[in-house]
Amino acid sequence: MTTQEKAPKSVEARTAGQGSWWVGIPGIAYLVALVLGPMIIIVIYSFLSRAKFGVGVKWSFSFTPYLDLVFGESLAGGRSFDPTYLEIIANSFWYSLITSAACLVLSIPIAIWMATRPEHRRTALVFLVTIPFWTSLLIRTYSFIIILNDNGPINGTLQFLHVIQSPIGMLYTPFATVMGLVYTFLPFMILPIYASAERFDFRLAEAAYDLGANRWTVLTRIVLPSVKPGIVAGMLLVFIPALGSFLAPELLGGGKTSMIANVIAAQFGASRNWPFGAALSVLLLVITMLILVGFAVVARRTAKASGSSSWDSLL
Amino acid sequence: MSARTKPVRVKGTGEALRDFPTFKVISYLVFAFLYLPLVFVVAYSFNSNRVVTVWKGFTFDWYINVLTNHDIQRALTNSLRVALVATVVSVIIATGLAIGLLRMHRAGRTFAWALIGAPLIIPEIVFAIGTLALFVQVKVPLGINAITLAHIAFCIPFALLPIRARLRGVDIAVYEAAADLGANEWVIFRRITLPLLMPGVVAGALLAFIISLDDFIVSFFLAGPGGTTLPVYIFGMIRNAITPGVNALSTMLLAVSIIIVTVSYLLTRKKR
Repeated sequence: MTTQEKAPKSVEARTAGQGSWWVGIPGIAYLVALVLGPMIIIVIYSFLSRAKFGVGVKWSFSFTPYLDLVFGESLAGGRSFDPTYLEIIANSFWYSLITSAACLVLSIPIAIWMATRPEHRRTALVFLVTIPFWTSLLIRTYSFIIILNDNGPINGTLQFLHVIQSPIGMLYTPFATVMGLVYTFLPFMILPIYASAERFDFRLAEAAYDLGANRWTVLTRIVLPSVKPGIVAGMLLVFIPALGSFLAPELLGGGKTSMIANVIAAQFGASRNWPFGAALSVLLLVITMLILVGFAVVARRTAKASGSSSWDSLL
Repeated sequence: MSARTKPVRVKGTGEALRDFPTFKVISYLVFAFLYLPLVFVVAYSFNSNRVVTVWKGFTFDWYINVLTNHDIQRALTNSLRVALVATVVSVIIATGLAIGLLRMHRAGRTFAWALIGAPLIIPEIVFAIGTLALFVQVKVPLGINAITLAHIAFCIPFALLPIRARLRGVDIAVYEAAADLGANEWVIFRRITLPLLMPGVVAGALLAFIISLDDFIVSFFLAGPGGTTLPVYIFGMIRNAITPGVNALSTMLLAVSIIIVTVSYLLTRKKR
């Protein structure tokens, strides 16, 4: 399948018509300018001072943006420990963790169920799981305003069934934020677990039944260990974007459940403190990178243990 | 839950043994969870009541209402212009990148892949405000051109993947045959490589188009005064007053995304 890449030694001799490396240069130049460039600017801005009217920065070196993360400045001018932003960061981790856990619980049954369908139906099912990913994130998040509001279908059904007398206020709560996050990122958990489960040889499960195992044992001791690379990949694919989420807390949390991204956005909007927003962004980037590195370590370990790597499930 | 309960294999085929009880029901419920919220968005777009979720009666009025609104027409035009330009440019760049990647040396390829993967990993908000800061710094005026420049960057990975998948399936013997018959590099690209890549190019273009069309966060920060795109406009409507008009617009945007992704899926589906 990959004839080109399997013959690196003879490549110099066999290059007719395959194009040259330099046709990739415009792409690389573009990405350097508009992906690497913004990241570099952010790092630079995070060490500068706040501009007088808030838009932009003042070009004088300063650690203030990073100090602002931990120490609040009082009106008198002194600094004291202020946990506001640390709490928001901790909250973001907490919401992302709950989201990942909820996605995992929902994804294991459906991923394994999909993997055990006949082959021609599997492709269609995978497509069905991917469709929501390709629709607008804004609209998917908005749909939970419709679902969760006081007159919405959930409250309506519960009242109709006389389970509750008056509507439960679900919208504009942390619960709504997490619901929105789970809904947004669920496909990212289902697909890698499915990719692992599809490679699992279900004859192993049958052998286990023959040896007297019951379904629970087969699931927890045979199937789940085999799909572990997919689970690890799914946790990464859900946790990282969840941590940087803006729309779900913005629209569903009602301002009460800010996450890191909302604070960053505010610094470039109403609050107008670009260096502080940049410092928060750098923090978010560093956390993301650390999680990726941690994941690479875990992925290597699970790869050794189970023979297939989490990277395989990602692709 | 002990391992000593009776073995399950009693009768029947291996198929049944692969099933775990309740997994089917849970799967159906998860599919319902994935689609019901969107179904409600669509259903309430036909609600004649101004209060979205209190059903009064069936009407098409909201569609007429939003389609005749001048601000929405302008936002729609902006969105389409951005998406079309971003698609064309990102597909051209991605095609070059896909070909170049195969001919690069190891270090260059590693660097290139890090750059390609970056827009998928960097939190969107960081990408958005980073681009805003960069544009303000180098004095690129905000508006739809700024949005387009940024969209191209994150459309490249999405355009690249189907093109690359297609390119890797090409047997290099066809290039050699063409070269032996006297075709030069350009002729080989135009007459051999490009036609072979076409399904991947089209699939990549379609994905880039919806990624650009649906983007909210980056557009929101780069819009400036005149650069409102459709998702940015919808966000404003959600913030101010939610009417079934939001649902009508959302339904149209959903329909476009779903149609395009389905076409893309049919194009890249493996032929047996």
